[in-house]
Amino acid sequence: MTHPPYLSPGYRSTVLRAPSQPPVPFTFDPDAIELTSPVFGHHEVGPLDADLTRQHEAEPIGERIIVTGRVLDSGGRPVRGTLVELWQANAAGRYAHQGDQHPAPLDPNFTGAGRCLTDDEGRYRFVTIKPGAYPWRNHPNAWRPAHLHFSVFGTAFTQRLVTQMYFPGDPLMPFDPILRSIPDDAGRQRLVSSFDLDLTEPEWALGYSFDIVLGRTPMETP
Amino acid sequence: MTSPLPPTPSQTVGPFFAHGLPYEQDWELVPEGHPGAITLSGRVLDGAGEPVPDALLELWLGRDGDRGALRRGEGGVSGFGRCATAPDGSYRFRTARPDGPYLSLQVFARGLLRSVLTRVYLKDVPDPLLDGLGPGRRSTLIATELAGGYTFDVRLQGTGETVFLDF
Ligand SMILES: [Fe+2]
Repeated sequence: MTHPPYLSPGYRSTVLRAPSQPPVPFTFDPDAIELTSPVFGHHEVGPLDADLTRQHEAEPIGERIIVTGRVLDSGGRPVRGTLVELWQANAAGRYAHQGDQHPAPLDPNFTGAGRCLTDDEGRYRFVTIKPGAYPWRNHPNAWRPAHLHFSVFGTAFTQRLVTQMYFPGDPLMPFDPILRSIPDDAGRQRLVSSFDLDLTEPEWALGYSFDIVLGRTPMETP
Repeated sequence: MTSPLPPTPSQTVGPFFAHGLPYEQDWELVPEGHPGAITLSGRVLDGAGEPVPDALLELWLGRDGDRGALRRGEGGVSGFGRCATAPDGSYRFRTARPDGPYLSLQVFARGLLRSVLTRVYLKDVPDPLLDGLGPGRRSTLIATELAGGYTFDVRLQGTGETVFLDF
């Protein structure tokens, strides 16, 4: 079991939103449109879109980080030219979203959203700041561990993935019902990035690596 | 042959994606007045029949060579669109007709640890997926035609629960 079950009562919002019927397997049909995926062009994604620290007049407050990794298919092959989107809270744990009521400061120099296309090795790279933990109302004294939200397309609409990346050693991870919705520890570990001294730029930014593996499609030869 | 790499697990899109995922005119796959354009609209509802005000829908026409087109202001048509639901759980798209009988619809939301994938059939036709479903479930995938458009509600859970695909 790789993905969390839809119903995961520790995460309260699943209770009325999880489908109660099992999903219907669809038998292989080479014409199924879900086996294709939208393609995004380089002219649509600017180089600054991947640097969340340079989208405003001045630099945001926070610990500058580089987050990079490869998007791979289940055979370990790079997924090239695919769109990767990232969004996150600021260093104080506040989203630039009107629904976020956490009484932590907004940062006028940080929106917290970025995009890039993977290169020929399937690699993406973002420069941003480390997000803060934030409280939520799931249960008393509930806090989300620091995380980056990721969205990835792949080559088939069935590979579409939205997930969250966590930071190594975060003491909040064992208490988080969203991360813990993944039934096995190995699965949870795949969402924890690794600190990487080789990616770390001296006098500039800490480096974290995070690879993303997309699900198998019927079009893939194993 | 090496064994396949285990996939990265899914996590919820959460409530705060509005500054990250939506983009301008994301719901308009084709410009206003585009020949043959149709609208697709509806609501996303939870297991209590209440609207889901913080869902994100993605529509995919699946036509070969179709581009995503994040910058809709540049004109042209896109095979892909996005729409975040309004406070009343409603969404809308303006799109070209698909080549086949259906469009692909993927829904993300707070409380959905993984997206759900479904199909919007514009017409009830003989079809390998539809033909494998009982009549009650089959009807959840058929859009209702209205003047100039179609409506299609997504019921995540319970009575009239939409058929979702294993993917
Ligand atoms: Fe978050």
